[in-house]
Amino acid sequence: MISLLIRRILSLAVTLLIVSLLIFTVMDLLPGDPAAIMLGTSASPETLAALQKQLGLDQPLPVRYLAWLAGVFRGDLGQSYTYGVPVAGLIAERLAVTLPLALIAIVLSVAIAIPLGVQAARKHNGVFDFAAGLFSYISIAVPAFWVGLLLIILFSTMLGWMPAGGFPGWDAGFLAGLKALILPAVALALPQAGVLTRVARAAVLEVMNEDFVRTARAKGVSDGVAIWRHAVPNALVPVFTMLGLQFTFLIAGAVLVENVFNLPGLGRLAYQALSQRDIIVMQDVVLFFSALVILMNFLVDLAYLVVDPRLRAGAQ
Amino acid sequence: MMGRTTFLGSATFLKSAAFGLVMSTGLLLGQTGAEAAAKTAITVGMAIEPAGLDPTIAAPVAIGQVTWQNIFEGLTTIDKDGKVKPQLAESWQISPDGLTYTFKLRQGVKYHNGVAFDSSVAKYSIDRARGADSVNPQKRYFASIDTVETPDASTLVLKLKQPAGSLLYWLGWPSSTIVEPKSAADNKTTPVGTGPFKFVSWSKGSKVDLARNADYWNKSISLKLDTAAFRFISDPQAQAAALKAGDVDAFPEFGAPELIKSFEGDKRLTTVIGNTELKVVAGMNNTRKPFSDKKVRQALMMAVDRATVVEGAWSGFGTPIGSHYTPNDRGYKDLTGVYPYDAAKAKALLAEAGFPNGFTFTIKAPQMAYAQRTSQVLQAMFAEIGVTMNIETTEFPAKWVADVLKAADYDMTIVAHAEPMDIDIYSRDPYYFNYKNPAFNDVLKKVEMTSDAAGQEKLYGEAQTILSNDVPALFLFVMPKLGVWDGKVKGLWENEPIPSNVLTDVHWEE
Repeated sequence: MISLLIRRILSLAVTLLIVSLLIFTVMDLLPGDPAAIMLGTSASPETLAALQKQLGLDQPLPVRYLAWLAGVFRGDLGQSYTYGVPVAGLIAERLAVTLPLALIAIVLSVAIAIPLGVQAARKHNGVFDFAAGLFSYISIAVPAFWVGLLLIILFSTMLGWMPAGGFPGWDAGFLAGLKALILPAVALALPQAGVLTRVARAAVLEVMNEDFVRTARAKGVSDGVAIWRHAVPNALVPVFTMLGLQFTFLIAGAVLVENVFNLPGLGRLAYQALSQRDIIVMQDVVLFFSALVILMNFLVDLAYLVVDPRLRAGAQ
Repeated sequence: MMGRTTFLGSATFLKSAAFGLVMSTGLLLGQTGAEAAAKTAITVGMAIEPAGLDPTIAAPVAIGQVTWQNIFEGLTTIDKDGKVKPQLAESWQISPDGLTYTFKLRQGVKYHNGVAFDSSVAKYSIDRARGADSVNPQKRYFASIDTVETPDASTLVLKLKQPAGSLLYWLGWPSSTIVEPKSAADNKTTPVGTGPFKFVSWSKGSKVDLARNADYWNKSISLKLDTAAFRFISDPQAQAAALKAGDVDAFPEFGAPELIKSFEGDKRLTTVIGNTELKVVAGMNNTRKPFSDKKVRQALMMAVDRATVVEGAWSGFGTPIGSHYTPNDRGYKDLTGVYPYDAAKAKALLAEAGFPNGFTFTIKAPQMAYAQRTSQVLQAMFAEIGVTMNIETTEFPAKWVADVLKAADYDMTIVAHAEPMDIDIYSRDPYYFNYKNPAFNDVLKKVEMTSDAAGQEKLYGEAQTILSNDVPALFLFVMPKLGVWDGKVKGLWENEPIPSNVLTDVHWEE
């Protein structure tokens, strides 16, 4: 068990190192010079050279890569070219929006998907199953940013119940912050809920026909207990796997949804940094996202061990 | 100017009288004062978040749109009609040869951090902008300055290498604002100026907060706002939603003309259409065949129906132009009649140039809506005269700056030039048009040698005419300033002779 963990952590570190090299190379291959963008259309070559020197862009590539990497190890992510403040602070500020947003979206999607999927499996081929199927197809097919726009039109413009976007900041009060995150979280959660509903339904259906569920039924437990105590826990492994895989899509979705709702989150930071070629911010944010996804997969693996005793036995 | 001041003065008086009346009525009726009092806070929406808050070290216009005239001030300023006015310099004298500018500086001006403004501060700021390490985006504006002298605390003398007739205008620009040495290095994140508003905070990705500067030097201005916030909302749908929900009070440059109609039913909001300095032009590579032939460029210009372009690209908002100049600019001439839309003539001219069957080329068009839509309209118009244009979307600013602006590797491109009075870009070498006309360069040189306004305007007229005949770029239209704001908000600029959101006169109507 311990050696498995150590091996997983080591491979995690190596993966991150390779990812960092990849990110750096790709960012360098992107056309566009941050200094030229900042100086606009009128600057002379000398002015441009002065700014490149100021930003450290005149250094050779390997030197810049190693300097960046060394900085990351020390916890110094560098200074944003456009904002002029340390990137670590920027990411922390933005995380205070994106993390709650993602968490609410995950909780919401699980809260929608599991009851819906389980019920659809119990009544499979019935009207409820059909309705749940329709819900998942539509929510998967419709992009999150568009759902976001519809929600804004309905709840902000027409009903006036919710802010039309933006984020007041957590210092404006917990409730005010939460209120600003609800619509975007719903927009983000719906496609996830669609996917998870399908997965939960299929998994429960499969387990329902297993011997142990039949045995439980034969012993005389009620239908509900057979499902919730015996079938559902066993169906959770694929649901968790999907949740882990979907996490990447959740982050990608957050980029779009944060733009629609004008939330100052990590996704919008990445988007802005890309268009401004704030390369250092791009590198840091993408590295952070990659680390998050890699870590998430690691945690999902750990979660298997928790929910599935068979895997735990195999690991020892 | 005098008339306007008087009018404003009396309007202010009337307003305060009316305010007093409302207040007393309110008290009589037993209302609380708070209900009757006018609002003193405003939230202004902007599409683009500035890249830093120091306009003297980076070009994006969004920086000036937050800070210029609100936080930072210059020796001179530019008013809402595009005219040069004194600001931190009370007055000035220009020597007869145009080589010595003696400024009398205003006394009693303090920066928001308490530092006093004087000639040494002004000298520091100008030397910083023109020095070897300067990253000032308009450093070339200071190129004519030879020495900066400070005979006493309230006198600043600029000695020039050659006359610069536009110097006073250039000194009014956001990139020429006067910063003081102690705070200069941190202005990018915490700007400190002499203006009517102090910087309070910047929630990155969200908004910048300003508060009234109680010690503002200009006592003739009575500021009505206590606080102001600039909120950044990039998506046009989100902009519209924020306006309708009342989350922002004003969007001086609303992003989507096609959504303007959606405000019509809203009685609270008012729409104000003005002019900007954004000249939408389709630049051509004047050294690349077939665009090196003037006849080809003229033929393409005649293939374009500007009114249809404005309709198709920007929902009919915008003013057609015949040269690289806007109706805001001094000495503007309407030259749209030089090569008006005439497909038959265009085809004939193209045949004369040796292309009876047309030709094929590629336009590198940025991803912005105006550029994409204009390209599509142009594509259809060129097809009418047998010319095939392929559209290649080029990411702006990054790839466009690298490929078009720096490398000049393109046939045709399209972009909105934001800088006011930048007709001189056609005399720059190198510049992406690769347009070289000594006669044009001479006219612009003469502008700098001339110090009287009327003489300059005449010369600018000549320059416009040369461009409209040579067609180094297809001159299409000036972007409108689509202002949408709460009807009770007064004092925002209708036009934009310089990209800005000046809050000095902004107030809520009671």
